[in-house]
Amino acid sequence: MTAETADSTAIPAKAGPSLGLLRLAEAVSIPVGALLVSAVLFALFLLAIGKDPIQFYQLIWTGGFGSSFSIQNSLQRAAPLILTGLAFAIPARIGLTMIGGEGALVLGGFSAAAIAIPLVSNAVPVPLTLFVMALTAVVSGGLWVGFTGWLKYARGVNETIASLLMSYIAIAIMNFFVEGALRDPASANKPSTMPIGDAYRVGAIPGTEVHWGFAAGVVLALLLWVLMSRTTFGFAARMTGGNLRAARAQGLPVGWLMVVCCAIAGACAGLAGFFEVAAIHGQANASLVAGYGFTGILVAFLARQNPLAVIPVAILFGALAAAGGVIQRRMGMPDATILVLQGMMFVVLLVSETFYGRLKLFQPRATGERT
Amino acid sequence: MAGRAPSLEAIGMTKVFGPLVALDDVSIKVEAGSFHALLGENGAGKSTLVKCIMGFYSADKGQVRLDGQEVAIRSPRDARANGIGMVYQQFTLVPCLTGAENLVISRADAPAVIDWAKEKKHLDAFMAEMPFRVPMNTPVSSLSAGEKQKLEILKLLYLDQRFMILDEPTSVLTPGEADEMLGLLGGMADRKEITVLMISHKFREVKAFCDHFTVLRRGRFTGAGDAKAVSVPEMSAMMIGDTAIRERAARKKHNEGADRLELAGLFAEDNDGLPAIRSVNLKVKAGEIVGIAGVSGNGQSALVEALSGQRPLSDGGIYINGEFFRPKRGSFDRYKVFGLPEEPLKNATVPRMSVAENLAFRSFDKPPVAKLGWWMSPGPMREKARELIARYRVKTQGPDAPIETLSGGNVQRAVLARELSGDVDVLIVANPCFGLDFASVADIRSQIMEQRNRGAAVLLVSEDLDEILELADRVAVMSGGTINYVARIEDTDRNTIGQHMAGH
Repeated sequence: MTAETADSTAIPAKAGPSLGLLRLAEAVSIPVGALLVSAVLFALFLLAIGKDPIQFYQLIWTGGFGSSFSIQNSLQRAAPLILTGLAFAIPARIGLTMIGGEGALVLGGFSAAAIAIPLVSNAVPVPLTLFVMALTAVVSGGLWVGFTGWLKYARGVNETIASLLMSYIAIAIMNFFVEGALRDPASANKPSTMPIGDAYRVGAIPGTEVHWGFAAGVVLALLLWVLMSRTTFGFAARMTGGNLRAARAQGLPVGWLMVVCCAIAGACAGLAGFFEVAAIHGQANASLVAGYGFTGILVAFLARQNPLAVIPVAILFGALAAAGGVIQRRMGMPDATILVLQGMMFVVLLVSETFYGRLKLFQPRATGERT
Repeated sequence: MAGRAPSLEAIGMTKVFGPLVALDDVSIKVEAGSFHALLGENGAGKSTLVKCIMGFYSADKGQVRLDGQEVAIRSPRDARANGIGMVYQQFTLVPCLTGAENLVISRADAPAVIDWAKEKKHLDAFMAEMPFRVPMNTPVSSLSAGEKQKLEILKLLYLDQRFMILDEPTSVLTPGEADEMLGLLGGMADRKEITVLMISHKFREVKAFCDHFTVLRRGRFTGAGDAKAVSVPEMSAMMIGDTAIRERAARKKHNEGADRLELAGLFAEDNDGLPAIRSVNLKVKAGEIVGIAGVSGNGQSALVEALSGQRPLSDGGIYINGEFFRPKRGSFDRYKVFGLPEEPLKNATVPRMSVAENLAFRSFDKPPVAKLGWWMSPGPMREKARELIARYRVKTQGPDAPIETLSGGNVQRAVLARELSGDVDVLIVANPCFGLDFASVADIRSQIMEQRNRGAAVLLVSEDLDEILELADRVAVMSGGTINYVARIEDTDRNTIGQHMAGH
């Protein structure tokens, strides 16, 4: 018995790399490997249509990170992806597959633009207006996805289907108002809400052309990482996500936890919508429906639902999007090419999920101590 | 059609799973046209035996003879070709298809394109010979349980499988439906149209409908005979055994405590909205172990789930020290309620979280692990984990290893460490030793006894009667979702308990 006690308390010293390190190595290697495999597959696709894959990847590099301008462009595009990535990652930690980021983004952006109309026309001070806009976006997005979480908990409605359908409803709500009651008469070709005006725009981070949404995303990702890994709330959420029965048996308020996680997700996506309106478009219109919500799913997947990892992955995808234009011009390929690449990544990534816990390389060395 | 019933004999069947001998040289003889009952407790080897006959498992030793001829059954397909069919506890019909469609598609030679007009004609001719009717043109989902069960039997007859194995066929039926169905089968067997081998726990049905029986206990043959001639106590003695009770864990004598835990008229529903437990009343005193015995599936798991907050009560209340108890986190702590649920990896742990995290489930939101009620520090958590791992001798690669990498006994020990290391007033235990080796079993049982000796009220739900006889001060028997018998352990015996388990 003494031998067991000694073994159980002091292992890592002799038994090779520590468990934590192995798990980290696994969590990094598998997604990176999946990215490389999808890059190779996409290269084959390029060869098949008679394009040069090397030129393609070079252009991705220059278009995404090649110059100060392209880096800033990438970061700018990464901003909403960080937030929508979080919108998928947080519910995933509690075991919910919420794909409603797109809807919450659109609704958040639209409600921010709508609340801005009376504020701007009454010349309310800029900081207050932006604050109210952001708050409205966060609250409306949070309620929207939180409601889907409540449906799941209280009524057993499949959250994946519900959140997808709720996205279409959100888009329809925006279209209804943008093409009707809240339409700016001046927006003839593209129905939009009244522009908030340049004075009310969110500016750039000093010294760059990247708007503050990027900074907000990074800060939120850090905060949510702390929330999920170092607080009792995050612990309870991970328990619930890992084993609902065990969480219930510990008397945890699983319904409340689910709804709050979903509300956080919706708030993140709603905030992304706010920045799209306040920093990019200046008004709400169909441009909000740009697929950031759906790309966010891919981002979160690649980041293994880890809020910290969402940041670099979102930047990578921001770079891909930024390079899309260059590819279109220089290689004569449609900008949907990037979507093909993304789709390929997603499929390979889903396949790579099956490798977790199966690769010998990442398993602790057998100690022969197990009974 | 008369006289087509086959006889079946299995001789010297042995099946070993790893260290477990599930079947040890078991022989059974089922005469042509008999209605034969296969009796035994859970884990006695009944299902293993029929699965060997059906070809789901291949027996390590032994042979099966059909009408005196040895047959090789390597897969369910072979069994089917030899006219051996089985009705399972759960229905195997396609709910959205009609009875007729279910029968036709179940045929091994069903063509890719089915000529329904022709098949209907065949079916009508077939049905004309059958002693009972089932609506054939309505979707199966709209049939009653009794009709579905009849359809399952019709399916076997349609496929010309005249040796029928029924696995507790009446567990999903009302008593009336059950009697009707068993009567029909008995009649067909009497006319030598079919031979039936029925797994059952219910002595009443065996006495009323069967003509022969075979009993297994712990993988061995323990008796057989004429079901009409042998009495119920004799059968239950064969089933449960009359071996001497093992030395009990050290039990401290003390005066009776006050009522600690009271279950008052508990009702709860299963996942399909059907009653799972009804009107459960029970009191557990401080310093007492009350064992709940019963055949699996009589509401015990629903009761444990209701007590541990995994299943809502539809009526009734749980009281601790006379106060209403709601199974929420705060109340678990306030009333010092702890639990060792069955299958701990499924019910009490998060497999992917680390051992340290799993050990902290009770304490993660309290100091010293949590500061200010929300900020968690991993330091104290790991420290506590190391202490518990050492004290309860949990074999793990370390506190950071995912708990799913531990063996079953060590997972249970980790849960024990978490639940029993503090001050326990009420302990709810369900099948704590299921699937564990002897050493772990003795260890875990003595821990439970120690909690009782310290004055905790212990509710022990177990399908292992030996465990209850060893540990409990009082025994309650659960059958059909309710408690129908409570007695002090000195005032009762196995046979009485066994008969109440079977619904008497």
